[in-house]
Amino acid sequence: MAAGDFLSSIELISPADFAKRKIQSLQDYSILAAESVANLFRKPRYVADMVQQMDMIGFGSLPIVLASVFFTGAALALNSATTLSRFGATTVIGQLVSIGIVRELGPVLAGLVVAGRNSSGMASELGSMIVTEQIDAMRALGTDPLKKLVTPRVVATVVMMFFLTILGDFMGLLGGSMVANFLLGMNAHEYWSNAWQTLVYSDVFMGLAKPIVFGFIVATIGCYYGLSTKGGTQGVGRSTTEAVVAAMILIIMVDVFVTRFLMVVLGS
Amino acid sequence: MATPSLPAEAPLSRSQPPSGPVIVFEDVSIAFEENVVLDGISFTLPHGETKALFGVAGSGKSTILKMALGLVKPDSGHIYTLGEDVTQMTEDQLFELRRNVGIVFQESALFDSLTVRENVAFRLMEEAKTPPEEIEHRVREALRFVELENTVDMFPAELSGGMRRRVAIARAIITQPETLLYDSPTGGLDPVTSTTIVELIIKQRDVSKTSSLLVTHRLQDAFVMASHYFDTKAGHMKPVPPGGKIEAPMAFLILRDGKIIFDGNIEELAHTQDEYIREYIS
Repeated sequence: MAAGDFLSSIELISPADFAKRKIQSLQDYSILAAESVANLFRKPRYVADMVQQMDMIGFGSLPIVLASVFFTGAALALNSATTLSRFGATTVIGQLVSIGIVRELGPVLAGLVVAGRNSSGMASELGSMIVTEQIDAMRALGTDPLKKLVTPRVVATVVMMFFLTILGDFMGLLGGSMVANFLLGMNAHEYWSNAWQTLVYSDVFMGLAKPIVFGFIVATIGCYYGLSTKGGTQGVGRSTTEAVVAAMILIIMVDVFVTRFLMVVLGS
Repeated sequence: MATPSLPAEAPLSRSQPPSGPVIVFEDVSIAFEENVVLDGISFTLPHGETKALFGVAGSGKSTILKMALGLVKPDSGHIYTLGEDVTQMTEDQLFELRRNVGIVFQESALFDSLTVRENVAFRLMEEAKTPPEEIEHRVREALRFVELENTVDMFPAELSGGMRRRVAIARAIITQPETLLYDSPTGGLDPVTSTTIVELIIKQRDVSKTSSLLVTHRLQDAFVMASHYFDTKAGHMKPVPPGGKIEAPMAFLILRDGKIIFDGNIEELAHTQDEYIREYIS
């Protein structure tokens, strides 16, 4: 394609139109997110669909969440040991890994892994249903797709993110323990005792509040991009990619604000 | 094709058919971004009639069906479906109305993760008002109507294109709707399968007295519908005999450049002087 042809094929959008589209997207996303919560208080409630989604999202993501947090915990212990050994403080590895995993790395890693696996899955599934008119068919048959498809996914992701993070945190500590025991020669009891005793209420609260927010982001972003799909199978691919990117970026960004907010609220 | 006749009670037909038009479009316009698709169109679908919509690709035929069901809102104008102005209704209000309007989508739009049984029963299962035995009975009855009772446990991916359309028809008629909307039900099918589908549409029109809008690119399908009726005793369609004792309630509507350029019966279509239409039907 000649440069001229290529340039003429690019759709030029005025800054005003671009801004309008972005604001419209934000509005549509906000409505979807609000409706997904409001539908919890309206009938019908699709409990069976929620359980099915919990199985697909929760148990499906379990191995990769556990593996990623386990190895991150191990790497964190290794890196900390190098620095702490200069000060003769390798005994506090347990505390460092514990705080790092429970407050920050456990929830964020679980969020990113679940986003990579499930935001894409939701976007592609719902996007395919859009392009094959299954969503229109559902509406024509008297069923609200937000109630039937979005709310069960949001509930399932939020609930399962909570439990995945708890299990992930444990695996992260276990990874650190492996390194401390087998590579650094630390006593296991000492490691676990330090790791346990250093945690306070605010650390645990922060570590368990974040996955709820991240789960909500993963599901609503995945569903939003899926239901906004345009342009056939190519559009499904585009929605899938955009959903993963948006969910991951949002998780990392929102993590900062949630951390700061909880630090202020909890006074830690 | 020899199709089985309905049971004596004809449970798929309605007991109290309404009178008056079932769908009315009044000065309806819609544009997608800068592209004006329909520009102030008005037409009426009388009770008991099947109206075939023609027009080139992108002329807004499928959009008309979706607007009639409230799936798409027009930019201006009013649409009355079964007496209700769908342009003024909320989605929750539309769900109730849609119980009385069935639709067969262009590519069937069957839920690919559900079996044929679950697809056909979808609305009844969602409503959760009908006992499981009654649902099973009605699913089998609807599938028997389209001669696919043996596919009840199969998934859509295991069916041919024609079978999927027939399952979509079964799904559309299970609640005995007053109106049916068909979006290219014979598109992409071989002539034999197309004839099977056309015969089912004629059967639904003549046995259940259902009003319908039919989008199609195949003129021959509409001409068959206009010239045949369903003989319940014989169990298949037959040509309408001369003399006017039996009528096939069929009308034609042709769209061009966002406007309706023809709305009438087969006689009027055959005698039109419009060059474009004559070329279109030739």
